Amino acid sequence: MTSAKRMLTGNMAAAWGARSSNVDYVCGYPITPQSEIVETLAGWVDRGEMRAKFTNFDSEHSMLAAAGAASLTGARTFTATASQGLIYGLEMLYAIAGWRAPIVLVNVSRGVGMPMILQVEHGDVLAARDSGFIQLHAETCQDVIDFVMLGYRVGEDRRVMLPVIVNMDGFVLSFARERVEIPEARAVSRFLPEYEHPTPLLGDPEAPVAFSPTTTDGFVYSYFKHQLHLASIESKKVFAEAAKDFSAAFGREHGVVEEFMTGDAETVFVATNSYSSIVRSGVMALRREGERVGMLRVKMLRPFPSEEVARALGSARHVAVYEQNLAPGRGGIIYPEVTEALYHSPHRPEVIQSFIGGLGGTQLGLGEMRLMLKKCKASRADSRLHEPVLLFRKEDSDRLAEALRLAGTAPGTASAVRKHAG
Amino acid sequence: MQADQTAFRTMKDTPAREYLVSGSPLCPGCGGEIALKLALKAMGERTIVAFVPSCFGLLTLYPYSSMKNSTLFTPFACGPAAAQGIVDGINIRVEKGEIKDPRSKVLVLTGDGAAYDIGLQSTSGAIHRRLDFYYLCYDNEAYGNTGFQFSSATPFASATSTTHATESTPGNPLRKKDLFEVWRAHRPPYVATVAVSRPVDLLRKFEKASKIRGPKLFIALGVCPTGWGSEPRETVRVDRLAVETGIWPLKEAVGGRVVHTYVPRRRAPVEEYLKKQKRFQHLFSPKENRGAVQAIQNAVDSYWEGVSE
Ligand SMILES: Cc1ncc(C[n+]2csc(CCOP(=O)(O)OP(=O)(O)O)c2C)c(N)n1
Ligand code: SF4
Ligand SMILES: [Mg+2]
Repeated sequence: MTSAKRMLTGNMAAAWGARSSNVDYVCGYPITPQSEIVETLAGWVDRGEMRAKFTNFDSEHSMLAAAGAASLTGARTFTATASQGLIYGLEMLYAIAGWRAPIVLVNVSRGVGMPMILQVEHGDVLAARDSGFIQLHAETCQDVIDFVMLGYRVGEDRRVMLPVIVNMDGFVLSFARERVEIPEARAVSRFLPEYEHPTPLLGDPEAPVAFSPTTTDGFVYSYFKHQLHLASIESKKVFAEAAKDFSAAFGREHGVVEEFMTGDAETVFVATNSYSSIVRSGVMALRREGERVGMLRVKMLRPFPSEEVARALGSARHVAVYEQNLAPGRGGIIYPEVTEALYHSPHRPEVIQSFIGGLGGTQLGLGEMRLMLKKCKASRADSRLHEPVLLFRKEDSDRLAEALRLAGTAPGTASAVRKHAG
Repeated sequence: MQADQTAFRTMKDTPAREYLVSGSPLCPGCGGEIALKLALKAMGERTIVAFVPSCFGLLTLYPYSSMKNSTLFTPFACGPAAAQGIVDGINIRVEKGEIKDPRSKVLVLTGDGAAYDIGLQSTSGAIHRRLDFYYLCYDNEAYGNTGFQFSSATPFASATSTTHATESTPGNPLRKKDLFEVWRAHRPPYVATVAVSRPVDLLRKFEKASKIRGPKLFIALGVCPTGWGSEPRETVRVDRLAVETGIWPLKEAVGGRVVHTYVPRRRAPVEEYLKKQKRFQHLFSPKENRGAVQAIQNAVDSYWEGVSE
């Protein structure tokens, strides 16, 4: 492929993803760490470098309403948000999915306040997990471009007709520059057909359409909800076909999961998003120390690839599910999904342990990987740790203690945190 | 506009073609339904209706639709934002040469709850962006669909299911929000109030608006027998009383300048309107609340004192 390679931030890559996909319409509203995406697209449109319309909105709720509605007219539509914005527009995510409007939305993951934070946590995107959007989670800036294009290809497929969220980590990816291949227009046109809505909303009196009429009967509601479910399930198959064509057009492979050194691994770390890179290098380091470890990276979070997850983890003794979110009263959000996938597996791992870390961008490194491995090895089948283990570095713990002291916060809070500190 | 430039001189000129068909699930005597019926007649077959939860949310009820037009049902707060998406989407496709200009018009249809409260921000955004669309709010002065709760369109002293009339409170203690002025402050090219008892006025206003690009905004009185406790067969009479008492002024602002399109010569006392409705019943029985009735009359009088035409 003779396509250009450039140093791009994740945000720039998202903008290039939209541009490469020949998006017609971009709906914008600012929020850190996403703003660079819509700024970039607005700049291209304003300077005539990209043939699309850009509209600034009064909120994410409005922005998403317009994005979904425009998609129903047959315009390929792109938008982006993060955190508070995604939650503010949450009602619209369900509506867009129910409208079966195949937009692509890039979410730049950031913790959801209160307390307010700008850095990454996946509570935002995972709160949207049941909206009906397909979710693709990126590890690299290249993934971001690739997933935007794959998103349109899969979402617009008649067997699917669903919107797609492409997730990338705030700061870690959004502001990190990596070498990224910008696809060539010719290859794109081979991979991504023009978007055509089967029954566009145009006001043609010869072809009136009524989108999302009210339902008052459970059987009708159940029917549409189930259709949404089936379309989502179907998208996994469509993704596999699209990934094949993608590889032919651009030479990069994508699956709904990625297995790294899982073949003979005794302990497999499950990871998502950009911290997968850290887990991958941790796996290599531990391998050099003689540990039989591997990584399963889940790229597609919706539909959840249960079969692929079960297959990849079926021969492991220990599974360490590492995730960057904390659902109060539950723990990790992905952990029960992985566990459920494995429950039906003929070879269930002895230990499936939940680890939570990286909240608000706290660090993950070899130290944490060693700790996770140790915990997994130490726990036997009959003494499974049901509580998630919160990974907390000593230096962070010390800094926290100092902050609590300065704030005059009651010491009880601090000890509760220390209890789980690794 | 001069009278000779209009296609609507008398009620007989009302277009015969129906877009809102009979047999809708709305209540008998629904005033808002008549307003919509007339509006669609004036707007015609190329109208796309973007509407939101409200009584009128039932106008498309799977597997039926009461409207012949294309429709999009959106969440409560974002009708005007969805309209932006529709207009932008169609324009883009026309510019790209993918479709012929469908010459469609987009009508946002909501109740007062959306228009005055939860959707005010998205409306503000759409007007500010000079979106070429129509907005029809049928104002039944409360959240009707959910059981007639208070909205900021609820008039002073109206009982609603969340502003009860008791011995110590005369129903809603607050004044109705002036949405006409809120909208007008955005400097839309066209904003008007309408009432179904004056259908020619309504049709002409839509006709006039159709020649204007940008936001075209309408607030229709939506007499609501169910919520107001008025007789369904008296809907048009109640509507007329709202106009003749001066409680519901008929006006328009083209380019910001307000003109009253109908000025009642001798305003009927407000009691005549209030007494027709159970929501104001507590003002008259068991004991008359003269103070509250007078306050309503004073507010109407002082409004019209400020009207110079
Ligand atoms: C975000 C949201 N909040 C609340 C509701 C519940 N709801 C549905 S219809 C309605 C009343 C609408 O009132 P209005 O706009 O005045 O129209 P009306 O029912 O009076 O015709 C409400 C509160 C909703 N659908 N969505
Ligand atoms: S409750 Fe009122 S506004 Fe709603 S349909 Fe019935 S009469 Fe019309
Ligand atoms: Mg109402």
